[in-house]
Amino acid sequence: MAATAIKPAPDTIGATLRHRLAGFVRTLRDNGFAVGLAETRDALKILASPAAMRASSLKPSLRSLFSATRSDWQRFDEIFDAWWLGHGIRSASRISGATAKGRQSARRAALAGENKASLGPPDRVERGEGDTDAEGSGRSTGASRAEALRSTDLRHIADPDEIAETHALAERLARSMRARLVRRQEARRHGRRLDLRRTIHRSISHGGTPIDLVWRRAKQKPLRIVILLDASGSMNMYTAFFVRFLHGVVDAFQEAEAFVFHTRLAHVSRSLRDRDVARAVDRLSLMAEGIGGGTRIGESLATFNRWHAARVINSRTAVIIVSDGYDTGEPEQLGLEMQRLRRRCRRIVWLNPMIGWKDYAPEARGMKAALPFVDLFAPAHNLESLAALEPYLKRI
Amino acid sequence: MSLTRDQISEKLAEAGYIADRDLAMALWLMDFLKRPLLLEGEAGVGKTEVAKALAKVHGAELIRLQCYEGLDQNAALYEWNYQRQLLAIKAREGEDADTLEEHIFSEKYLLERPLLAAIRRLDPPVLLIDEVDRADEEFEAFLLEVLSDFQVSIPELGTITATAIPRVVLTSNGTRELSDALRRRCLYHYVDFPEVDREARIILTRLPGIDATLALQVARMIAAIRKEDLRKVPGVAETLDWAATLAGLGLHDLRAEPEAIYDTLICVLKTHEDRANIGRELTDRLLGKVA
Repeated sequence: MAATAIKPAPDTIGATLRHRLAGFVRTLRDNGFAVGLAETRDALKILASPAAMRASSLKPSLRSLFSATRSDWQRFDEIFDAWWLGHGIRSASRISGATAKGRQSARRAALAGENKASLGPPDRVERGEGDTDAEGSGRSTGASRAEALRSTDLRHIADPDEIAETHALAERLARSMRARLVRRQEARRHGRRLDLRRTIHRSISHGGTPIDLVWRRAKQKPLRIVILLDASGSMNMYTAFFVRFLHGVVDAFQEAEAFVFHTRLAHVSRSLRDRDVARAVDRLSLMAEGIGGGTRIGESLATFNRWHAARVINSRTAVIIVSDGYDTGEPEQLGLEMQRLRRRCRRIVWLNPMIGWKDYAPEARGMKAALPFVDLFAPAHNLESLAALEPYLKRI
Repeated sequence: MSLTRDQISEKLAEAGYIADRDLAMALWLMDFLKRPLLLEGEAGVGKTEVAKALAKVHGAELIRLQCYEGLDQNAALYEWNYQRQLLAIKAREGEDADTLEEHIFSEKYLLERPLLAAIRRLDPPVLLIDEVDRADEEFEAFLLEVLSDFQVSIPELGTITATAIPRVVLTSNGTRELSDALRRRCLYHYVDFPEVDREARIILTRLPGIDATLALQVARMIAAIRKEDLRKVPGVAETLDWAATLAGLGLHDLRAEPEAIYDTLICVLKTHEDRANIGRELTDRLLGKVA
């Protein structure tokens, strides 16, 4: 597409080179770079400039032009070398990752196939869709959705109505919490502030006497929510439920980030921003699939604190940890990391599905170590308990 | 006048900024493609310094817009001088409302803020939009508009078009994700902590009187400290502070007085926790490795 759309550069460069560039741009796009026509045009300018004489100046030029984020920046050299210097040509650039889309769909197809072969039909019957069976089995989306439902345990919330309700709740939660007063404005409570610009404008019609005073209104600021979801084996009865909740929150909030952890931590906001719920949840369950080996809450938090916290947490962030607190790591580490996290964010909410169980006491060592740093320790085993969270977050 | 990359490198060095070659390339591209440059990197790697040095390289004025939460167009673009307007209204009481309006919304009562200032200069200035990630999304969208058209409209006055296109440098610490549109609009450069050699050269440039061996040792020591698990990783400014302190104490070799090293580490480690982490033993061990 790029090859045909590019206008010839001001200084004419060879057609071969232009085609090479178009191919390079395509490879970059395949690798997840956001490259538009304007960039391609500028790249042609660079190729026609003295900077193109040596690879040592061409590479940094194109890197500055085509990269938009740090991860682009880090991957660029590899792709560049593969394309222009012929180190392994295209196969190498494919290996460099980020063709995640391709890999994902391959995996999904594989899963869907497996599903069709083994457990597909009975599962569908169970959920009362037997009538549409013949029609549904031909569509790959139908199959993969069935797979998502099957692979993530839905014992507690399998009813489509309930799923819809979870989403509606997350939306409602989001709406009510989205806007909150900036602290700065609240602190300045003695005396509202006059909006001089508007006041003077109004005064003109009164011959310059400011009769109508216009006041500045406090600016509403969104609360930022960061959710860390434990996707370990001991939580699997709830994971699917929370993944849906996560999707609702990330979808509705302008500023929400989601992470999933079991033995390690994965940043999943991007996958969750998919409008297609089924696909997002499907993708996430793939990520959440552990290799087994227990939950490392402490280590996951350490990763979070070290690599993500500075970027995703600000002074009006509520961190919500969803976990049962069964940690196979050292409780001391968990305590330490919780303490660090506490210092950075505004509130820590720990949702533990097990509080809902009868006679539950936070006896797990990890849970005990973390508790002193938690602002709200609340149950989260059903919709009601999540709804109870809403007024609390509103007060933050 | 268009400078080549090597000229830019040289001039940056003259201005006291030791740049890596890729950065010089990016600065050259800024002029060549007339695009803003977005600099990302951890706090303290010298992003703001790049803009200051760039202004010196081109002999241009530096106009700085520091972004913060709640920054709005009034503070970034222009504001009317209300006090004078009120006075004028009082002084001209009884005049026709239209004439009065025209009078008090004239150039005379306009207060330039950084963005407006940047596009009204005759010689293209360097416009530094610092920590753009701290500003709100709405402001970012507005900024995008200004950066693509280089014209602003003031309802009471009309549209003002840039007399000279400023060189724009944006910096971000990554406290918030910037919009894709803004990222696309800009050239991108990731500024990393300088490697040991370059940091040593920075020390030598900024503190001309210092011992070359000491500068190298300090640079190595800082590099080692940065590898530790710290809450606040020391930036280049901290390095310079520390080097200046050590030089001020008359040290020529880090090994000579480990006690002094430990005591002066307060220049580098800025939180209680980090201070506790890098204890005496660890300091000695790091010293043994680098000196």
